[in-house]
Parts: sequence; C-alpha cells; structure tokens
Amino acid sequence: MLGIVRQKMLEQSLKKIPPAVSVLRSYSSAAKQMTIRDALNSALDEEMSADSKVFLMGEEVGEYQGAYKITKGLLDKYGPERVLDTPITEAGFTGVAVGAAYYGVKPVVEFMTFNFSMQAIDHIINSAAKTNYMSSGQISVPIVFRGPNGAAAGVGAQHSQCYAAWYASCPGLKVLAPYSSEDARGLLKAAIRDPDPVVFLENELLYGESFPVSDEVLDSSFCLPIGKAKIERKGKDVTIAAYSKMVGYALKAAETLEKDGIDAEVINLRSIRPLDRSMINASVRKTNRLVTVEEAFPQHGVGAEICASIVEESFAYLDAPVERIAGADVPMPYAANLERMAVPQVEDIVRAAKRTCYRSVS
Amino acid sequence: MVLGRAFEDKCAKMYYDRKMLGFVHLYNGQEAVSTGFIRLLKQQDSIVCTYRDHVQALSKGVSARAVMSELLGKATGCSRGQGGSMHIFSRKHNMLGRFAFIGEGIPIATGAAFTSKYKREVLKEADCGHVSLAFFGDGTCNNGQFYECLNMAALWKLPIVFVVENNLWAIGMSHLRATSVPQIYKKGPAFGMPGVHVDGMDVLKVREVAKEAIGRARRGEGPTLVECETYRFRGHSLADPDKLRDPAEKAHYAARDPITALKKYLIENSLANEADLKAIDKR
Repeated sequence: MLGIVRQKMLEQSLKKIPPAVSVLRSYSSAAKQMTIRDALNSALDEEMSADSKVFLMGEEVGEYQGAYKITKGLLDKYGPERVLDTPITEAGFTGVAVGAAYYGVKPVVEFMTFNFSMQAIDHIINSAAKTNYMSSGQISVPIVFRGPNGAAAGVGAQHSQCYAAWYASCPGLKVLAPYSSEDARGLLKAAIRDPDPVVFLENELLYGESFPVSDEVLDSSFCLPIGKAKIERKGKDVTIAAYSKMVGYALKAAETLEKDGIDAEVINLRSIRPLDRSMINASVRKTNRLVTVEEAFPQHGVGAEICASIVEESFAYLDAPVERIAGADVPMPYAANLERMAVPQVEDIVRAAKRTCYRSVS
Repeated sequence: MVLGRAFEDKCAKMYYDRKMLGFVHLYNGQEAVSTGFIRLLKQQDSIVCTYRDHVQALSKGVSARAVMSELLGKATGCSRGQGGSMHIFSRKHNMLGRFAFIGEGIPIATGAAFTSKYKREVLKEADCGHVSLAFFGDGTCNNGQFYECLNMAALWKLPIVFVVENNLWAIGMSHLRATSVPQIYKKGPAFGMPGVHVDGMDVLKVREVAKEAIGRARRGEGPTLVECETYRFRGHSLADPDKLRDPAEKAHYAARDPITALKKYLIENSLANEADLKAIDKR
C-alpha cells in the first residue's frame, strides 16, 4: 500500500522535472521532447487516420487503453471495430490477424510482451513469414507484430527474454528495434506501410523516456527506411554496435571512454533484419575495432551475426579480436542484484572497448 | 469427385515410382465432403485446409495441371514449385493455403471471415458477403486453436463454416482413443453456434447441410460447425503402412464409396445413364 503511494509520488515528481535541454534553448530552435509512448501512440493514430485498412488487435488495447498505455485514446477515436480487445488467445488471434492480412487489411497485433508471442510463434513464422514464398508471391501479408521485448525490472525469467535473434533468423520477416522517439515514430510508420510481416520490438523501460524530436519527425508523413542503421555518435577508435536500450548504455560508455582518450563510434542498429551490414563494416574499416552489445542470451545472438559479418567481409581491417557483450547465459533471475548482473552494464561496455584498444582494464 | 479420385490415384503411382517426393496425403474416399461444400461457393469465397488438400484445390477451380506440376516441383506449378503438396495456394481462386500444422489453418480461415466482415462494415465495400470454409480433421478437434476460433467466430459473428472431416483416424491414433467426447458436432453449441452431423460419404446429403450452413454465414447469422463422417481409403500419407486400421472397418466404408453411391443414385433416378457416366470417367 505504502509502496503504491510512494510510486505515485515519484511519478508526480518526475513529471514536474522539466527536460534540461528545452530550458536552455530559445523558442524558435527548441527541439520538442517526446516520450517513446507518445511517439508510438502518435504513429499508430496517424497511420490509422491515413488508411482505414489499418486496425489494432490485442489484449487490453481498447478499453484499458493499452497494458502500457501505448494505444491510449485510440478506441474512443476509431471505435471498437478498428481497436479490438481480444480474449486471451494468442495463437488464435494472431492466426486470425494473419488470415485477415492475407485478404488485404492491415492488422497491427499487440503482444502484451513478446514472451507471449511464443504461444503464437507458429503463425508468425509459418503463416506470416513464409507465405509470400510458399505461394510464390501470390499472397503478401501486410501485418505488424509489436510489443515490449527484453528485460524489464524484476519480472522474472518468463517475462524477460529478448526475441530479436530468433525472429531475425527467419527469412520472410523484417525485425525492427527502435531506440529513440524518432526511431519509434519513423520505424513504426514504415512497418505499418510495409507489405510484408514486421516484428517490432519495443522496450518497456524506454516507454517513459523522452527524446528530442524535430519538426520533420513530427510530420505525419515522416518515415524511416527499413534496413538502415544510424550512427548516433561519430568516432574513430572503436565501433560499438547496439540496439534498443543498449544504445543508451553504449552512448554513456562512450562518454566515459572519451575521458580516457578513446573516441568511440556508436551505431544504433534500428533494423535487426535486414541488418545494415554495409554501414557496420564501413565503420569497422574506419575504426578497426568492434564491440557488439545486446541484452539477450549470448548464444546464436545478434552480436554473433555481426561478428561473423565483420570477419567475413572486413577481417583484414581488424586490429583486435571482435568483442561481444550480451546478457548472462541464464534464465533471468528475479532478485534485483542478480538481475543487474545478468544484463550488460555500462562498465561492461567500457571494459570491452578498452580491451579492444589493448588498454588495461583495472 | 471422379477427377479427384483419378488425380489422387495418379499421385500414388508417381510417388511409388519415386517421381514425387516428400509428404503426400491422399483424399480417396472423402471426395463427397469437398465436392458437397466447395461446389456451392463463389470464386471470392475462400477455403483453407490442411495437408490433405489436392482435391479441395481441384474443387475450387485450380487446374489439375497446375496442382500436379506443383507436386512435381515444377516452375509451372501453382506456387512455382516453392510450396509443394502441403502448401497449395491460389490467390485467384481464393484458396488461402494448405497448412501443414493441423489447427494452423483454422485461425487463418477465421481471419479471412473477419476481413469479409471488416470490409463490409468498416470499409463499406458493397457486395461483400464472402464466406470462408475451414476444412480440418478429427485430430485437429483436440487442438487449442480450434476452440479459440470457435469462440471468436461466435463472439464476433463471423461468416465462416467449420467443416470437420472426421475420418476417425489421425495417422494411427483412433479418434475414440484420443477424445473424451467423440461427438464433435456437440462442441458447436457449447460456443454458441449450431453443430450438425452429416454422412460424409453421401454427396447429396453433404450438399444439403452445406447449403444451409453457407446460407447462414452469408446472411450474417454467424458460424456453423459441421461434422462429416467420412473415411480415407488409403493410409494417412503414402508413407503410412496403415496397419492399425481394422480391415472390417475399411470394408464397411469401401461399400459406401461416395462415387459409387452417386453413380447408383443417378442411374436409379434416371438423371443420367451408364453412357454419360462412362464419358465422365474417360475425361
């Protein structure tokens, strides 16, 4: 009881703290701040407004306003025929959405968390991803599967897995992982407009975070290309490639490294499949060192794929072995201190970068 | 039905001659169900089935040549050889696929029905009383997705007919050994839709029931569950030695062969004579 009251007070006080950036700038050039939550909500709203074939489906997306409030207000605006609250039946409703997409409408299916998508994974892979190929192009499936992915805070082993590597290994799927609000808006719009199935991996802990957005990003026609990564920070000594929440950690690691004279280039992957191999390789050919960062389990992960790509295409440019930072190879523990040890921290990224530069890490 | 039987027999021959590879599941004996239902559909109505699908494709209008080419892995096949026996798709005929995993096709058919309703009510497209049929077997009726879809179809009043081809066997597992309540049609009312049982070896009886169910769906009255009691004369697939089925049971159903039965009916009721029927066989 006390915990809830304290949490509410904390939320209130957080709302009162103005973002530092906008206070310092003058009005005319002030970049607006937007949370990921609002970015996703506005993207859904605009795409539903532009195309009446787009509709939402999932548990609690309607009357509850979304389990994480991403679909807030959309039921009131578009009605129950376009914002469907489903029974708790992932396999069933995912299959229904895929079948509907075969016939040309554009469902956006929400999984309350991508852990629940495992109940529906047969439809995502066999009915959605492979169908364009199996029908030799007769049937395309313009569907988006979205929801929070990866570790949250203290939710335990069955609610914390990252599915990027599993989905990204399947031909026929596109897999996106936004980091900033610009990413969230641009990539979700691109996903909804795309004629093929897209898995859109959000992050629960990022929903409340604010990022600056330009007027261009706020325009309703804004869209980002699928398959292109972004260089968040230019550098020359080591390339750090990450996606989703780990991009933030990589940027913090870069600040720490700068004090030690190491200039890191941070790449925000944005797209896990297709992977922007050419940008990552170009970066490593410049810096000659690579660190990949992901929260997910290490074996057969996104980092492993990037390392393989570099070794295949840019081996001669490497001055040090590639470094892969990932979550611990255990189901996510519950206790806070254990959870902290099971996910990469900024210090881990700093140490790995130093190792590639042959600096002591003591 | 005759085309279907001849087609399936040809498949068997090619498989045993090693010209056809992979999994091949034949429909011999069950033709009445496919013909009884699908011949009542329009081109825009859709069907979704599982892997025992060649004859449904033929009934829906896909050319025998295209299906056979697909089975032989040729580029002239309906999916250019990329799909195979278990994955026959035809956009033109609204044959939305055959699905290898049982139960997988039912939500897809439910989704097609959903779109039909969405197009009519949200997109306000005229002339959209399109109906979906989902074909699946007795084994599928113990799968969770079947129940999830019975629920959603009734809840949202979707224009779909769930057609159970109960041939009593799921590979080597007898329906009676696998199911607590073997009368599948009884499961319809539990979800709020009519459940009908019909003799799946009699094409005219199937047609009667199909007319009613498809009519219900088209009028917007919602889904129906139809259980067709039928039998497959061959094994589960061409690789199945089929040792578990009692020869007496096989003989009982062979005597009720739908093609023979219809031939007899036509002749007895002077709707056709021997010569006409021989002409069909020849084609």
